[in-house]
Amino acid sequence: MIKKYDKLVTNAAGRIVPTEINGQATVPYLGLGKYKPEGRKFAPSISSCVDYPADGNKLVPSLRDALIKSGLKDGMTISTHHHFRDGDLLANQIFDIAHELGVKNLVWAPSASFPCHEHLIQYLEDGTINRIEGSMNGPLGKFTSNGKMTGLAVLRSHGGRYQAIQDGDLKIDITVIGAACCDPFGNANGLNGTSASGGLGFALADSQYAGKVIVVTDHLVDFPCVPWQIQGNYVDHTVLVDKVGIPEKIVSGTTQITKSPDRLLLAEMTARFCEVTGIIRDGFSFQAGAGGTALAVGDYFYKIMKEKGIKARFARGGSNLYLVKMLEEGYLDYILDGQTFDLDGVRSMATNPNHLMTTPFTSYNYHGKGNFAGIVDVAILGATEIDLNFNGNVVTHSDGYLLHGIGGWQNCLFSKTVIIPIPLFRDRIPVIVDQVTTLCGPGELIDVIVTERGICINPLRTDLIEKVQGSGLPVLRINELKDEAERICGKPSKPQFSDEVVAAIKWVDGTVIDSVWKISDE
Amino acid sequence: MNYKKSIGIAGNSGGKTRSDCQVTIEPADSGGIVIDLKSKVKVLYGTDIIKQIHEILGFYSFVHAKVTLIDSGALSWVIAARIEAAVRELIDTEKTYLLPRNAKVIQPTVMDRRRFSRLYLPGNSPSLMINAFLHGPDGLILDLEDSVPPDKKPEARVLVRNALRALDFGNAERMIRINQLPAGLEDLNWLIPHGVNLVLLPKCESAGQVLSITGRIEEIKQGEAIDVPVWIMPIIESAKGVVKAYEIASASQNVVALAIGLEDYTADLGVRRTGEAAESLYARSVLVNAAKAAGIQAIDSVFSDVDDMEGLRNTVKRSRAMGFDGMGCIHPRQIPVIHENYTPDAEEIDKAKKIVIAFMEAQQKGLGVVALGSKMIDPPVVKRARKTIAQAIELSIIENNWYETRSL
Repeated sequence: MIKKYDKLVTNAAGRIVPTEINGQATVPYLGLGKYKPEGRKFAPSISSCVDYPADGNKLVPSLRDALIKSGLKDGMTISTHHHFRDGDLLANQIFDIAHELGVKNLVWAPSASFPCHEHLIQYLEDGTINRIEGSMNGPLGKFTSNGKMTGLAVLRSHGGRYQAIQDGDLKIDITVIGAACCDPFGNANGLNGTSASGGLGFALADSQYAGKVIVVTDHLVDFPCVPWQIQGNYVDHTVLVDKVGIPEKIVSGTTQITKSPDRLLLAEMTARFCEVTGIIRDGFSFQAGAGGTALAVGDYFYKIMKEKGIKARFARGGSNLYLVKMLEEGYLDYILDGQTFDLDGVRSMATNPNHLMTTPFTSYNYHGKGNFAGIVDVAILGATEIDLNFNGNVVTHSDGYLLHGIGGWQNCLFSKTVIIPIPLFRDRIPVIVDQVTTLCGPGELIDVIVTERGICINPLRTDLIEKVQGSGLPVLRINELKDEAERICGKPSKPQFSDEVVAAIKWVDGTVIDSVWKISDE
Repeated sequence: MNYKKSIGIAGNSGGKTRSDCQVTIEPADSGGIVIDLKSKVKVLYGTDIIKQIHEILGFYSFVHAKVTLIDSGALSWVIAARIEAAVRELIDTEKTYLLPRNAKVIQPTVMDRRRFSRLYLPGNSPSLMINAFLHGPDGLILDLEDSVPPDKKPEARVLVRNALRALDFGNAERMIRINQLPAGLEDLNWLIPHGVNLVLLPKCESAGQVLSITGRIEEIKQGEAIDVPVWIMPIIESAKGVVKAYEIASASQNVVALAIGLEDYTADLGVRRTGEAAESLYARSVLVNAAKAAGIQAIDSVFSDVDDMEGLRNTVKRSRAMGFDGMGCIHPRQIPVIHENYTPDAEEIDKAKKIVIAFMEAQQKGLGVVALGSKMIDPPVVKRARKTIAQAIELSIIENNWYETRSL
């Protein structure tokens, strides 16, 4: 039996982390930009086209056949992607099949998990799945926090996932790529068909590096399926099923901006901050999120740009109606789309050459020859907690439970200015704390916190502090914000943790930045 | 102790409830205070909440009881209000459990302060109260009347009392809307001691009603040694009220504004309330005239479709053109639209500046007549222009020293 983890050390961020995870040696976080691995990238074995049908027809009758032909066996790592979001029907099926076949000790490596994957808890309990390397949302997070997962969970950012697969930290034996549309050869995209989800960027690494690649679709077209977001030359088997996803849970028909007055206020303050500090200027670029507040920030940007006749060069991130509107009206030259959130986004990507699909390789991979993230002028991000040193947490809540994945959050921290608009407290839960429960991003990279009761700027950003003077925006120090939250909510107690690690948080370079600890039994 | 009931319940839980809690108290003969706490913030504040339950029950001399508290992140002043309200379901008591005040001093407000917007906050919904001031309304109304169902009135009183002590009001005037008389008089007893700038008197139909609440307020103020003025804004909501508008507006020195409530008024007429509002043109005209005759502000009814910002904008423009000085609102998003459209626009300010400049220059030259170009300017026009300028300065649209720094 492999030990979940071993050899705890204190890393450069002062956090206690394991240096051996699931039997594999890992490097503790060494500080920003300090760790530079040597050696070569991981490479899958060489294939020969003689082993594949000469007519290019790689169809097999079922997902079960594809998994068996791919050599599914104990201990393998199986990956999936979250293009279908909460409407995904594939991940659960894969492990239903594995369970039927009596396969044990699998590792599930999703690019993100959703509430629909609660179904997999039974397989984590019965030994079909040993652990998850990817993200653990909602019920899976709670399961992990209660110490019930057999192996040690590993959380990675979108960019970190590409890095880990490329560098061979995460070796995928079989990947199952769900695609809204593909041809028998395996060329695939997410643009056509009833399960259209936009770009398939998250599956790029898996298609390049996995031992076996299976593409599953419910909309098969004759060769060639274009554009081929996933290239059939990487694909071993294709499968046609009745349904890969539940369309209404994949993308929303129309994206609605939040009506919450408090969130709108945060968004307005954020946009105003960007206006007075000159971040919004001709040719600027921004990271666009799909969360309620981030979406509203984008719309306030649009209003300011329209009023002042400013055009942005590009927006990176999740696309939706609002971004598409900016593109089509000429306020934006390009959308560099990492994830498509509504049907307007899908339509635009399919028809507008300036709406481009990007992948975690192009946008976020830390072990590449450059990184888009640093080119972006401003990123608007969320957080569950920010501490007095501006460190951020996005995976656990103040009660200690793991509830979210990292997503692209860590990667976006490298943009020129990182702004986090967050309510000072949610119900009675303060967001500014003495020390984050889990460290996901170091404070050096977080520049501005916007709350409804005041804005605070990282003292490292003297330029922003200077520019905001005289703007009338309420600027406070971070400890003043924390005191204000505690005046209203009271001083919170800390959750009680046991001394057992249940998950490791990877930094973008593959080092371990923090551990998630098991919640103490009451 | 003798209990009025076997179980006391107060507050809200379940569904989409946020920042509130539900407290159930069942007195027992033995066993001490037994607490069942279900809270989404149990890890962070569980100990505090349990301590608070013991403290308040002890204050009301409960020794044995089973207490269930279902909490969705209520702040401590909300929890205290809910526990006290549940206690009051069980016993009659003169004792009030008060938490320390947030504001050391209650700022007085002046009679004719700006009242463009006043935001209604349902008196039994704490989640809407907490951040309300951040949206910058001129007044915040903690409402005990129409937004609170009859069976929730007693617990809303306790909650609103605690809110008056705990909430941040920012620059907003502290307002309450009491119930129709006579119940409204008891509301005053509960709330006036805890920091109120203005009382909205609903469905007002006579000067006598105004006098009965000013009388009660004076008694309370004397008893509590309060010297901050408490203004009155009667709301006219019936045909009869419209007939008595001037009498009501001039009933007391403390009446600073007369408001109109069109939902009830149109119901009283038996007509539908329309966007064009022709059905209430007479009432609104009478109300504005009565208010101005009494030298006070005229305040328009709320606009009830919170999604229709264009409709709101048009309504505000019409309202201002009729002579109203402000209106009510039911959603924070309405506030900026209301402010923007009651605010004098650039053209108006520009014209007002020219008139004031002409007036000042005429005075300097000792001329009795003010002229702008070839046009004579009458004194009331000058007066209106000066009011526009004062408002523009208050809203930071123009500088205080605009006259001295004007380009010549």
